[in-house]
Amino acid sequence: MSLHVRRRTTWRERLRHQWSAILWLALVWVLLWGSVTWGNVLAGLLLGLLVVVLLPLPQLPFHGHVRPLRLLALFVRFGLDLFLASFQVAWQALRPGRQPRGAVVGVRLRNPSDIYLTVTAELSSLVPGSLVVEVHRLTGMLYLHVLDLEAYGGVDKVRADVLALEARVLRALASDAELEAAGLATRRGVPA
Amino acid sequence: MTVDWIGVADVVAAICMLLGAFLAFAAGIGIVRFPDLLARMHAATKPQVLGLILMLVGVGLRVHVWSVVGMLVLVVVFQLLTAPVGAHMVGRAGFRTGKVVHEDLVVDDLTADQEAALAEEDAAEAAEEDEGREPSSDAPR
Repeated sequence: MSLHVRRRTTWRERLRHQWSAILWLALVWVLLWGSVTWGNVLAGLLLGLLVVVLLPLPQLPFHGHVRPLRLLALFVRFGLDLFLASFQVAWQALRPGRQPRGAVVGVRLRNPSDIYLTVTAELSSLVPGSLVVEVHRLTGMLYLHVLDLEAYGGVDKVRADVLALEARVLRALASDAELEAAGLATRRGVPA
Repeated sequence: MTVDWIGVADVVAAICMLLGAFLAFAAGIGIVRFPDLLARMHAATKPQVLGLILMLVGVGLRVHVWSVVGMLVLVVVFQLLTAPVGAHMVGRAGFRTGKVVHEDLVVDDLTADQEAALAEEDAAEAAEEDEGREPSSDAPR
């Protein structure tokens, strides 16, 4: 696997592949200044250009395609879960008596490519009762700390929830071939 | 009948701010009360992040100036991106430097897997020595 290969890129290549990063940096700049003026937009674009050319980051290989509806479903579900998780942790912090007994659970993800691993790890830190302790890139293992294993419903429920989260991420972002490989291919037009 | 939209926005803003303040408060209590490092990181991510989001939604509804709203959205985006990474880094560093009491964990797959990997490595080394001290093919001479 070519996980640690650093290919040297020329600044022309970086410009060609990372124009979206320049646009995003310009948007951040404009939002920070708080008003859309020609000066702000131009300064933002210029700064974005400088950042991308002078501070290169390794490129993320992304072969998937974005499904807007699935992405929306992912975000809506994420919002609901964040709400639930926050109040659960708040309740556990405030309830008198019982101290939670934690656990560290390893989950093997179906698709260990960098981008899905990162998104799944980020979301699972915020979402269910879990927190990422360690990520193993080569094997695609995610080690999560669970605040209260007994209240959560056991190791198998943790694994099932993380895999369900990964499935939502893959359905939103991965290509058909990757979905097929992960065993998540759905019949056309049938929501799963 | 006309609806006083500014009044409605103010009420919603007040509810959001109170809820957000409650969650931030609970996060603080959690950091003090939870028994170990990893449990504390839970308090520092989930209720804290949602508390901040609700607080800023409240501010946005009360202020309703677009330039301010843009900046608040930016704060929320970066909070959502950085809070889990920060908690992950603290948790990982704690795990690696032995700040986590393994006996307190009900299940500990990470330590088990690490020990299994170490045992495998030892076994491989022992096997190599048994083979009449021939260096393995990919080892540098």
